[in-house]
Amino acid sequence: MKKSYIIAIVFIAAAIAIIISTAGNASTYVSFDQAFQMASSGNKNQIHVVGELKKDEVGNIIGIEKSADKLSFSFILIDEEKKEQKVYYNEPMPPDFARSEKVVVIGNYYENTFLANKILLKCPSKYQDEKINASI
Amino acid sequence: MHYFIGNLGHLFVITSFVTSLISVFAYFKSQFAPTEEKDQWLKNARISFYVHGLAVLGVVASLFIIISNHYFEYHYAYSHSDSRLPLHYLISTFWNGQEGSFLLWIFWQAFLGVILINTQREWEAPVMVVFGLVQAFLASMILGVVIPLIEIKLGSSPFILLRDAIDDPIFKLQPDFIPKDGSGLNPLLQNYWMVIHPPTLFLGFALTLVPFSFCIAGLWLKKYTEWIKPALPWALLNGGVLGLGILMGGYWAYETLNFGGYWNWDPVENAVYVPWLVLIASIHTMITYKNSKAALKSSIILNIAVFILILYSTFLTRSGILGDASVHSFTDLGLSGQLLIYLLFFTVAAIILSIIRWREVPTSDKESSIYSREFWVFLGAATLCLSGFQVIIPTSFPVINEVGSWFGGDLRLAVPGDQVLYYSKFQLWFAAAIAMISGTGQFFWWKRMEKDQVKKEIIPPILISLVVFALIIVIAKVYTPAYLVLTLAGVFIIVSNIKVLASVLKVNPSLSGGALAHIGIGMMLIGVMFSSGYSKVVSLNNTGMLISKDLPTEFNRDNLLLFINEPRTMASYEIEYLGERVEPKHVNGYVSKNDIDLTIDPFTVVAKKDIEFQGKKILNAKDTFEINPENTYYEIELRKDGKVAATLFPRIQINPSMGGFVASPDIKRNVTRDLYTHVSLPMNREEEPEWSETEETRVRIGQQFFVNDYVAVLESVTKIDRIEGLELAAEDVAVQAKIKITGERDSYYAEPIFLIKDRAQVGRLSSEINDLGVKITLLNIHPETNEFSLGLNTRQKDWVIIKAMEKPMINVLWLGTGILMIGFSIAMVRRFREFKK
Repeated sequence: MKKSYIIAIVFIAAAIAIIISTAGNASTYVSFDQAFQMASSGNKNQIHVVGELKKDEVGNIIGIEKSADKLSFSFILIDEEKKEQKVYYNEPMPPDFARSEKVVVIGNYYENTFLANKILLKCPSKYQDEKINASI
Repeated sequence: MHYFIGNLGHLFVITSFVTSLISVFAYFKSQFAPTEEKDQWLKNARISFYVHGLAVLGVVASLFIIISNHYFEYHYAYSHSDSRLPLHYLISTFWNGQEGSFLLWIFWQAFLGVILINTQREWEAPVMVVFGLVQAFLASMILGVVIPLIEIKLGSSPFILLRDAIDDPIFKLQPDFIPKDGSGLNPLLQNYWMVIHPPTLFLGFALTLVPFSFCIAGLWLKKYTEWIKPALPWALLNGGVLGLGILMGGYWAYETLNFGGYWNWDPVENAVYVPWLVLIASIHTMITYKNSKAALKSSIILNIAVFILILYSTFLTRSGILGDASVHSFTDLGLSGQLLIYLLFFTVAAIILSIIRWREVPTSDKESSIYSREFWVFLGAATLCLSGFQVIIPTSFPVINEVGSWFGGDLRLAVPGDQVLYYSKFQLWFAAAIAMISGTGQFFWWKRMEKDQVKKEIIPPILISLVVFALIIVIAKVYTPAYLVLTLAGVFIIVSNIKVLASVLKVNPSLSGGALAHIGIGMMLIGVMFSSGYSKVVSLNNTGMLISKDLPTEFNRDNLLLFINEPRTMASYEIEYLGERVEPKHVNGYVSKNDIDLTIDPFTVVAKKDIEFQGKKILNAKDTFEINPENTYYEIELRKDGKVAATLFPRIQINPSMGGFVASPDIKRNVTRDLYTHVSLPMNREEEPEWSETEETRVRIGQQFFVNDYVAVLESVTKIDRIEGLELAAEDVAVQAKIKITGERDSYYAEPIFLIKDRAQVGRLSSEINDLGVKITLLNIHPETNEFSLGLNTRQKDWVIIKAMEKPMINVLWLGTGILMIGFSIAMVRRFREFKK
């Protein structure tokens, strides 16, 4: 067999290995219930949960608590299956946090609490939300 | 309302679209026309492409007139600029919007097309057919025309009026309403890198079309081997420009964004990194073909792949499909269908053409031995492609999820939370392998060798590499296995290429491009390894407070709360926050917010006193100067052994229309390491707790008292004749107290005013000292005892939360980048000369 064929086979095998391990290491978007089950069955992978902040009847966001030293905060996130979960985040609260429509939290369950390693905020898009400031 | 310029611009867009199609048709005809008609068709084709080029210039000029004259009735000017932007940022508003960045791309390709028309006699017609087609597709993206009957909107025009773009009630009342000012340029983009990075990157995008066009032309005209020679110098130029564009973006991110590095493996970055890797692979196979007639088929595949990947990355980043996957905000302009057609058209066309011609493409039957350069180049190119493949798969997760959902699947794949860790874990090994392959391949590149000779040639560099490697790991204390491998690979590629460089310089310095470029790559690998692998957060919190009782304690707390004028220790530094500063527009330096008086115009302030910055007087008392009120700088002093080591001014920009709050770092640059600091959270005065209840104290002139634990003394009380912003009548009485408060570093003066107006009304103007958290009011005057009643209020002192990181050896990365670029330039010059011969 020609050497180039052997090399080709090796590289195809490498490509397949990449696909498998890339997908195997990938995280998935789940709900809090699924995330909790994964954590209790010993799965330590980071997971993504998409949700909205808890609001009262008039639309004010409730459940945000900042730590005394302002270095961390917690909030209540409602996932797409309407489950509420308190999420801790070990960074100061981003100033535009309360304006966000959707929050993606990436992290893990530690017993009954969810600790986010990272949060992504989906703020109202500039284009959808745009209203002209007529006073200027 | 300035309708004319917008209509003119739109006309130019349509002209550019139509003329590009005409040029395609005419060039196509000229290729197959009988000789006597050929020249006529060529002439027509050239004229139409030149008209196309002029129309593109017309579009650019029209858009620039709209932006620079602040015609805010146009959506593009309104949403991307305002009337305060200086000229160079007005230019960068061009590529702030999607339409403008398409325009930039079209502009570069038109420019390249004109160069090709004038330099490529033999290849002109077939190459320009491909060029014209791509131009037509791109121009259609900014066409903004609704096709009649089927009601499909083609493209999004940059010349759309604000009232047509935004549904706002004001336009019903007042159709001719024009906002007084635009909503401005994203503060992050107000940076000099943003003036040059996008044009460089888009030139890189545009350049990928050149080798692709030659390749397609070669397949089409069955000139399977000839296309390599004219394409190669362009591919090299492309590799340099695209690489430079990517690295400029990384440098901008490092300086301006606050994620703490130059590379975040964000989909936007990956989408250009992968085509660049494949481009580099294609350059190597093309050079191999020139030298030894091997690797022609792989050159064809790779050249096509580069261009398709550029189209794919355009689709990814502009169609809105990335949605949740990226922190960058991509807005879907409704072009996703059009972008998909663009991508599929060239993918399918190129693949079909290749399949038809594949059997005719000559191959070399020679078996390449592992002592031949072909073997090593092939191995390296394949590894580069695999490396790109590993990046493109997770980047495409949103596409995979979408495609999965068409078949009823619910995949919900996502890149893990720490995407930097995730990608680096794989990419590190690829980088090490590529460096090893390339370092070894160098020995076979310059001469064919047999087994025994190889030993003689390769052993000294290996030994030198091992010695250097041992020194580095001992000095820098590298113990992680993966980092050891990467360091060794980096050292090896540098050493082996220095050897090559030394021998090439003796023979012919113009051949040194390759060796230099590889040395640059090796340095970049080492620089990346240290600056990222050994980047550490130095602002660790040592207060001992836990995030929550429910959680384990081992979580890092990476942020540090600093109260004003209270030193803390961080890394080996003593760190102290000194207060909020503003930056005068036309003077170098920073001015404390305590030393300025505001005026009605937020952009203009007045100096309260003579202002010094770092020992130099920069402003006189009563000087009026301009500032940008969005920007606040937080002066942070770092001391080592009692001496000031650095003063940093990380910045916060407040801009509600751009999402509130934007932090930019300040970097203390040392030769061996950078100290990188940014504000994680500034104090918001409106949210701060109220002032304490007023405490009243009676003092005489010269008497000391305490306020918020600071020593204060009432120095004088004088009658004043005027108060800013208040009309005083002859019988009114106003007195001003002058109270000196000694802070940790400076003395401050509080000057409250007591006023009796119209003989009966009493007014009190308090004086606040933000730095100390003190407010003093002159409550009353007691002439009988010569005492004065002062009202004292206090609150928590000013604070800021910062994060600081150390980035060792980052300068090796920047230096390597420079050497890589020099290498590309030398190689490119050599190949262009070769082409001219």
